[in-house]
Amino acid sequence: MAAAGVGQQWVLVEMVQALYEAPAYHLILEGILILWIIRLLFSKTYKLQERSDLTLKEKEELIEEWQPEPLVPSVPKDHPALNYNIVSGPPTHIITVNGKECINFASFNFLGLLNNEKVKTAAQASLKKYGVGTCGPRGFYGTFDVHLELEERLAKFMRTEEAIIYSYGFATIASAIPAYSKRGDIVFVDEAACFAIQKGLQASRSNIKLFKHNDMADLERLLKEQETEDQKNPRKARVTRRFIVVEGLYMNTGDICPLPELIKLKYKYKVRIFLEESLSFGVLGEHGRGITEHFGINIDDIDLISANMENSLASIGGFCCGRSFIIDHQRLSGQGYCFSASLPPLLAAAAIEALNIMEDNPDIFQTLRTKCERMHKDLQGISGLKVVGESFSPALHLQLEESCGSRENDVKLLKRVVDYCMNSGIALTQARYLEKEEKCLPPPSIRVVITVEQTEQELDKAASLLKEAAQSVLN
Amino acid sequence: MANPSAVCNGHLHHHHHHQKQNNLLKCGLSKKNGITKGMKKNGVSNGTPYKKTFIEHFEQAPMYVAVFTFVGFAVGTIFGYLRDFMRAWGLEKRNIATERAQQKDFVPLYQDFENFYTRNLYLRIRDNWNRPICSVPGPQFDLMERVTDDYNWTFRFTGRTIKNVINMGSYNYLGFAETDVNALKTVTIELEKYGTGVCSTRQEMGTLDKHVELEKLVATFLGVEDAMVFGMGFATNSMNIPALVGKGCLILSDELNHTSLVLGARLSGATIRIFKHNNMQSLEKLLRDAIIYGQPRTHRAWRKIIILVEGIYSMEGSIVRLPEIVSLKNKYKAYLYLDEAHSIGAVGATGRGVVEYFGMSPDDIDVLMGTFTKSFGAAGGYIAGKKGLVDFLRTHSHSAVYATSMCPPVAEQIIRAMKCLMGLDGTTQGLQRVRQLEKNTRYFRRKLHEMGFIIYGNDDSPVVPLLLYMPGKIGAFARRMLERNIGVVVVGFPATPITESRARFCVSAAHTREMLDTLLLLNCEEFG
Repeated sequence: MAAAGVGQQWVLVEMVQALYEAPAYHLILEGILILWIIRLLFSKTYKLQERSDLTLKEKEELIEEWQPEPLVPSVPKDHPALNYNIVSGPPTHIITVNGKECINFASFNFLGLLNNEKVKTAAQASLKKYGVGTCGPRGFYGTFDVHLELEERLAKFMRTEEAIIYSYGFATIASAIPAYSKRGDIVFVDEAACFAIQKGLQASRSNIKLFKHNDMADLERLLKEQETEDQKNPRKARVTRRFIVVEGLYMNTGDICPLPELIKLKYKYKVRIFLEESLSFGVLGEHGRGITEHFGINIDDIDLISANMENSLASIGGFCCGRSFIIDHQRLSGQGYCFSASLPPLLAAAAIEALNIMEDNPDIFQTLRTKCERMHKDLQGISGLKVVGESFSPALHLQLEESCGSRENDVKLLKRVVDYCMNSGIALTQARYLEKEEKCLPPPSIRVVITVEQTEQELDKAASLLKEAAQSVLN
Repeated sequence: MANPSAVCNGHLHHHHHHQKQNNLLKCGLSKKNGITKGMKKNGVSNGTPYKKTFIEHFEQAPMYVAVFTFVGFAVGTIFGYLRDFMRAWGLEKRNIATERAQQKDFVPLYQDFENFYTRNLYLRIRDNWNRPICSVPGPQFDLMERVTDDYNWTFRFTGRTIKNVINMGSYNYLGFAETDVNALKTVTIELEKYGTGVCSTRQEMGTLDKHVELEKLVATFLGVEDAMVFGMGFATNSMNIPALVGKGCLILSDELNHTSLVLGARLSGATIRIFKHNNMQSLEKLLRDAIIYGQPRTHRAWRKIIILVEGIYSMEGSIVRLPEIVSLKNKYKAYLYLDEAHSIGAVGATGRGVVEYFGMSPDDIDVLMGTFTKSFGAAGGYIAGKKGLVDFLRTHSHSAVYATSMCPPVAEQIIRAMKCLMGLDGTTQGLQRVRQLEKNTRYFRRKLHEMGFIIYGNDDSPVVPLLLYMPGKIGAFARRMLERNIGVVVVGFPATPITESRARFCVSAAHTREMLDTLLLLNCEEFG
């Protein structure tokens, strides 16, 4: 015991001795360490989350105080888009707008099939047999024999392997794009692409690269940039799909895309092409097959053609056509196809009959083209308004040559021109856009639509009336 | 096959915690525990928000069923790999379409594994979907006979039709899918007058007097200030939700919402949070957290909070707990968007939907949305509510600016169906249809219960999912039913959870007692 006590004392002495003999820096370091530990012990604990600090009372107060915005902002009574033009009766060649009878230059009834007796008879027969609605999506007894027939006919007409129909025109391209292009894929799209394409691209979550309207040099620049990117990361490049999305005849600008150059770029840079032909189907080409026929291109070179049946075919809905390899995929992954009721059979029957008429009378396309060129010529030289669009495009825009400062005032001015024309018997409309939602908002314009039903006198009358209106309003 | 005694061994599974809910609602609810099927009742008295009993069933299957289901999928997967291997090595024929020769060196359009499920599992039973019909989709229809020579890779039509198949698949709740000449008289007249197309958008030259008439009628039918109609039900959701909410807003969406609601929510750019299906505690927790903590990271207050729910959920057959949601929404100042695609016309004493079913006023709901495809036998959708809301949609909805308006004969069909429902055509036919649907629903569900099948959903919902569980049964059930002249809809993964494959029956007011009895008898014989 005593020895242990001595031993202990001895250790203590040794310790004190060691303290004296230790180098100075060692002591200083240890001293600092001890001070630091003492400080840490007495400082407040560091809280990672302040959330746990709120008391129940504070939470209730926060809930009490929070004020949401109103569900919708109030719309001023004079909003230009609030008061619709109400059409009494069918929107055919002679249209009754707001009680006044006018000649229709505003509905996309290019081939005049809206009022066609044969189409109506076919629809009536279908109505007697099938009723109105289909009461189910395509997968659950919503597939009717008329749908299958329409798909076959469209595929045969366009000379592709397969076609798929949708029950709404807007949903066609907006469902087709996200079925193929996913997150991480790259899509090169024209600036002037229509809103449906923009929504399809947004739903796909892919990388969007806009190129200047119809500017192939700009597109090639983007493609080259992508190529250099690919060389840095070849593994990723091997699984990244690329697409170009263009329209045959652009809705917003009335001109066509340079398809032959696009095909060259397609094979050079290995990009697939999706073509939106809503306006060019039934308009361009010798038999109305669209822009591929217009340029004489092999239709298999285009991966997917999408169009809506609401313009030339004067029905409702849309279709996509192409090779089975591509189209069949949409039957399980096209959202607007799988999760929505199918097209009412009477509309499908009307579309089949309209196709029949298109096939039996291939000369209407040339007639339409002649009328478009005539109108295009007539509209030149209106003071204050310039014509935007190709000479053979049936949907033209009339834009102000000089803007008067703000878009709102431009819209008001154009409205006065339109009202002048409406009062004198020509029905026109302004092209409507969602100003805040469009990626590249086109300038305000008046839409002029040419159909086969309009006679030459009516075309001339419309042109001279527009000249008059422009004179009186814009000067 | 399904074993009725299996039901008695089943685990009781309440879809929501009953006790907690009691505390929240501060009412004395009783919990009946004598019935083995796991029914849940909310008491009628003591001032609960529910004016009548709300009974929903979501029974869980016995353990061995779940095991067999997984085994079934595993076997299918193994065979799938085997088949793919054989195809890759040329031992088996490749039947699928392939890429063009000129485009072989492009990046492949589809990844191989993406299509694995489609190629190997779906393809085997593909003949049960996309069955083409060639008559009106009424209570009975005619199917086109379709055979396959190469195990479902391709089909060909024999040219024969299978006549008078009982239709348990179409959404024809009130039986308005009919070809009776008298019923369709006005539609025929309007078709002759207007044709089939409109060729313009609502804001340009596409608003016809028919649309104005229809919108006024819809507003009167629902008891709201104003309504707006659109050409497609799916598009109504996907194009209007982005107009109502945007960045900085919060969307609280039910787990089992339809694809159109999910797409609309995604396109809007708002933050989306999901609450458990029909679970009010989950919703309340999300609401509280959202208001207290604000937006993630910046903690700014949310601009607005909107709750997306459906009236009847089409895969489950459950009805939304509307009174509780409305009280939550009022307490936390959120907005409610109610999608009545399946419930408008199908529930409620006069067919006005879940709002009437729960005895509430349409002013409680901020945005009433619905479709005309199901109960009205037409196509299209509507949004109704206060005038300010509808005016805003007229100016800012994507559909009004860029999409073609509804076609006039379809609008006339909706008008005549609605007038019939409201009694404006001078008959009580509308009310009779609603009553008949109610009777048929209750009878059908009761009988299936008595036979011991596992049915999901609310007792009053005309959508009746019957659980099959095992993947092998999906194909077998549908094919056997077709052999006996009954057309049913079967659904599996990915529309439902992997272990809960089901057959879904849609009861219609046009079904007669005999048709339902035939179906029930067959069910019993084959599978009971």
